[in-house]
Amino acid sequence: MPDQVVQKATFSPATYDVAEAKPNWCPGCGDFGIWVAVKMALAQLQLPPHEVVLVADIGCSSKMPYWVKSYGFQGLHGRAVPLATGVKLANQKLNIFIIAGDGGAYGEGGNHFLHACRRNLDMVYIIHDNGVYGLTTGQVAPTAEHGFKTKSSPEPVIEVPFNPLAIAISAGATYVARGFAGDVKHLVSILTSAHQHRGFAVVDVLQPCVTYNHLNTYQYYFQRTYKLDEDTSYNVGDKVAAFQKAQEWGEKIPIGLFYKADRSLYTDELPQVKDVQLAHQDRSNIDISSFLKSFA
Amino acid sequence: MNKALILLNNVIICDRLGKMEPSTNKLTWMVGGEAGYGVMVTGKTFALACKRAGLWVFDYTEYPSLIRGGHNSYHVRVDAESVTSQVHWVDLLVALDRVTVDQHFQEVSPNGGIIYESEKVKLDPPLSRTDLKLYPLPMIELAKQAGGDDLMKNTVALGASAALVGLDLALFNQLIQEAFAKKGEVVAINQKALQLGFEYMKQHFPDDFGWKLSLQTPHEDQRLLVTGNEMLVAGALRAGCNFLAAYPMTPINAILGLMTLVDQEYKIVVKQPEDEIAGINMAIGASYAGARAMTCTSGGGFSLMVEGLGLAAETETPLVVVLGQRPGPATGMPTFTEQGDLRFAMHAHQGDFPRIVLAPGDPQDVFPLIAQALNLAEKYQLLVIVLTDKFFAESHWTIPFPDPSTIKVERPPFAELSSATEGQGKFARFAFTETGVSPRVLPGTPGGESMVTSDEHSETGLYNETAGMRKKMMEKRFAKLALARKELAEPPVVGPGDADMTIIGWGSTKGPILEAMKLCRDAGIIVNYQQLMYLLPLSTDIVNTRFGTAKQTVVIENNYSGQLDGLITQETQHRANFRLLKYDGRPFYPLEIFEYLSDIAAGKAESKRTVLTRWHDHVDTSRAAATVVKSGTATARQSAQQNQGGSDA
Repeated sequence: MPDQVVQKATFSPATYDVAEAKPNWCPGCGDFGIWVAVKMALAQLQLPPHEVVLVADIGCSSKMPYWVKSYGFQGLHGRAVPLATGVKLANQKLNIFIIAGDGGAYGEGGNHFLHACRRNLDMVYIIHDNGVYGLTTGQVAPTAEHGFKTKSSPEPVIEVPFNPLAIAISAGATYVARGFAGDVKHLVSILTSAHQHRGFAVVDVLQPCVTYNHLNTYQYYFQRTYKLDEDTSYNVGDKVAAFQKAQEWGEKIPIGLFYKADRSLYTDELPQVKDVQLAHQDRSNIDISSFLKSFA
Repeated sequence: MNKALILLNNVIICDRLGKMEPSTNKLTWMVGGEAGYGVMVTGKTFALACKRAGLWVFDYTEYPSLIRGGHNSYHVRVDAESVTSQVHWVDLLVALDRVTVDQHFQEVSPNGGIIYESEKVKLDPPLSRTDLKLYPLPMIELAKQAGGDDLMKNTVALGASAALVGLDLALFNQLIQEAFAKKGEVVAINQKALQLGFEYMKQHFPDDFGWKLSLQTPHEDQRLLVTGNEMLVAGALRAGCNFLAAYPMTPINAILGLMTLVDQEYKIVVKQPEDEIAGINMAIGASYAGARAMTCTSGGGFSLMVEGLGLAAETETPLVVVLGQRPGPATGMPTFTEQGDLRFAMHAHQGDFPRIVLAPGDPQDVFPLIAQALNLAEKYQLLVIVLTDKFFAESHWTIPFPDPSTIKVERPPFAELSSATEGQGKFARFAFTETGVSPRVLPGTPGGESMVTSDEHSETGLYNETAGMRKKMMEKRFAKLALARKELAEPPVVGPGDADMTIIGWGSTKGPILEAMKLCRDAGIIVNYQQLMYLLPLSTDIVNTRFGTAKQTVVIENNYSGQLDGLITQETQHRANFRLLKYDGRPFYPLEIFEYLSDIAAGKAESKRTVLTRWHDHVDTSRAAATVVKSGTATARQSAQQNQGGSDA
C-alpha cells in the first residue's frame, strides 16, 4: 500500500533524539551502545515516537528514556515490569520497551521478572547486564561472577550468578535472547525481532561498565562471544536445548536468540478490551442498575 | 430513667435494640458452626429473606482465619425500622455443632431459643440455663431424607427457623431458586430440605417461641442488603473505574471478586498481581496510560505498596488506594476489625507530599465517596486513600435503592494536540499553571511525547535537582491539595445543635454510634454526632465549630491510641473531654457507647475508657456457674477462639 511506502521513509534513528539533553553516562559505557541500538531498532521498525513508551527502572541504564524522543516513564527500582504491565493493559496499542539494569531486573524486581515471563504480554524487556551497581558506585549485582570483587564484597562474591536466560526460559518467557553492547548491529537485529515477536521478549544485554567492572570488559566479551544465529544446527524452538545453551559461560559466551515459542498473549484472553482499549473508553455514564439489583 | 429502658442485672436493655423479651419484628438470630459448613451462606440467606419480607436487617460475622474446622458465626439483626449495628444478645440461636452451643448459649435472651443439630450434639448434662427453649432438630437425617448430604443441614435449619419465627417459606424457596438457578436438581433437593425442617418444627414443638416476624409489604422492595465492599464496587463502577489490580487479602477480597465477576459486562480489566508492590505499580501504569485505576489492600499489603504511594505523588499520576483495615501489627487478627491505620495512611512513604485520606462510615457513605475519590484523583492528579475496615467491608446493611444519577464522573480532558511536534522537544507534562494542575497527555497522542519520572524534575520531566526547581515543584504539588480541599464537605451533624455532648468519630463506628444515640434519646441524654469523612486534610473548620459549640466532646475510635483524637489536637489545639477506645478486634456494640455516654451525663465518667466486648454478662451470671469450659469470661472465650485459628489470610 502506497501509504506504508511513504511511511517507511519517515523515521530515522535521529527521529528519536532529544534536543534538551544528552546522556551523562561515563565515556565508553556500554549503555551508549544499547541506547544507539534502541533508536536504530525503532527506526528500523518505523515506530512513530508517540506510539512508543519506554518504561524504565532506576540506575544508570534506566535514564535512557530521558534521551529518547518517545513517551517515557521512569518508575521505581525493580518495578519497571509491573508499571509497564499496567500501561499495556490500559492500552495494548502502545509499543512498550522496558529498560532496566541487572539489579532492578534480577535483584529488587526478581519476582516481577518471573511472573512477567508467565504472563506473556507483548513487550520487550531490555536488561543492561554489567554485573555491578554503577550508580551507587560499584556494589555487587545478582549477575556478578562467583569470585568477583567489588566495593561491597572486598572478599570475592560467594553466591553463584543469577542466570537470567535459564530462568526466563523455565519461567515461560516466549522470546529469550542475549545481546552485547559492543556489537550494536547484532543488538539492533535482536531488538527488532524481539519487538516483532508476539509475546514477552527478554533481551539480556552484556554491557561493560568501564568504571566499576574491570573483569567483564569489552575485550573480555570480544574474545568470548560468538553468535548463536550462525550455528544452523541450533533450534530456537527446543526448550531443553535452550536451557542447556543458557548454561554456557566461560571461554565461550553465546549471544543471539536462545529460545522462541508461540503462546497466546495474556491480552488475548481479555475480550472486554478487544475493540476499545481502557484508555479510550467512555466511562462517563455507566449503567449499574443490574449490578445494584443483584443485592435486592 | 425513661420507661423504655429495662434494667436487668444492672445492665440496661432497651426497646430500641430489641427487647430481649418476646416481641414482633425485633429479632436477633445467629447461626454458628464449623468453618466449611456453609455458615456464611446460611446467614446471608436468612438475612436476605428477612429483608425481602420488608424488614430492616443488619448482619455481622465473625470467623477465624482458616478454611476448615474453626468456628464461624453469623449474627443477623432484624427490625421494623432501620438498624445499623449488631447487639450483644441472640434471641434465636441456630447451632450446627456443639461448639456453637457452648460458645453462645449464654448470649441467648431470657426465654430465647436454640435450634441445634440433635444427632451429634447431646446436651447431657443439660445446659446450666433452664429458661431457654431447646429445639433439637435431626438436621443430618432430614437433609439425607431430602436427598442431600451433611452439608445441607443448614438448609434444614433455615426451614426450622422460618417455622419458629413465622416467616413464609416461599421467601426461602425463591432465594434457593436464584442461588442454584442453573442446577435444577439441587434446587429441588434444597427446597425439600427447607420444607422438612419447617414441617419438623411444626410437628414436634408447640408454637410457643415468642419472637415473631411479620411481612412488611410496603417496602416491596427496592432496598438492598449490601456490604461496604459491595457498595464500594457499585460506586467505583458507576464512577467509571475500569482498572483494578489487587492481591487477595482480608477484608478486601470481595472487591477483587466482585469486579472480576463483572469484568466482561462492564468492560473493565481486573488483574491479580504477584504481590501488592506489583499491584500498585500496575495501577499507576494503567492510570498513566489513561485508565481510571484503583487498587485495594489491607495493612500488610499497604506496607508493601508504600513505595508506590510516592511514585504516584512524584509523577502526579491519579491513584485511588482502598485500605481495608484489620488488627495489626504483622498478620495480627486477619479476619477481625480495627481502625489502627489512620496515621499509617496519612504518613506512609518518605518525603513530604500531598494526599487525601477519606473514610466512609457505611455503604451509603461509600457510594458517592469512592466516586469522589476517583474524581479528586483525576482532577488534581493526586493520591487518594480510602480507609475502610473489616466491619464496614463485610457487614450487611439494608439501604434504600441508591440513585446512580447522583454520581457525576469528573475526568478532565487530556491535552489535545493537533499534530506531531516538529523537532526534538518534549511535551511539558509538568507545566506550571495557576492551579498547580498540569495538562496530562494520553500516551499515544502525537506531539505529546513526554517524560514522567520518579526523580525530581523540570516542567518537561527532565531530572532536575536545582534548588529553585525543587522549591517550585514542591509548591506546585501542594497547591493542588489546597484547591482540592475546597471540595471536601463533611456530613452535617446528626442530632440537636444544643446537645449536652458531641460525639466525634470516623469510619465504621458510625453504625454503633447512631444506635447508641437512639438509646440516649430514650434515656433523656441529649447527644449529637459529627462524623469526619475527610481525615487528611482534616476538616479543621468543622472541628473548630464543633469544639466551639459543644458543651462536652467525646471521641470514639476503634483503636488503642486514639489516632483521630491526637490528630484533632495536633491540627486544631482542641482536646476532647472524653475518649472511648476499643482494640479487641471487635466493633463497638451500641451498649458500650451508651454506657459511657450515660456515665458522662451522670458526671461519673473517667476521661478515657477502653472497652472489652462483653459476651454474656447481660444475663444472670448465677445461672452460668456450671457451664462448659469455653464460656467463662470474655478473655477465656477469646483465647479459646484464638487457639482454634492458625492460618494466615
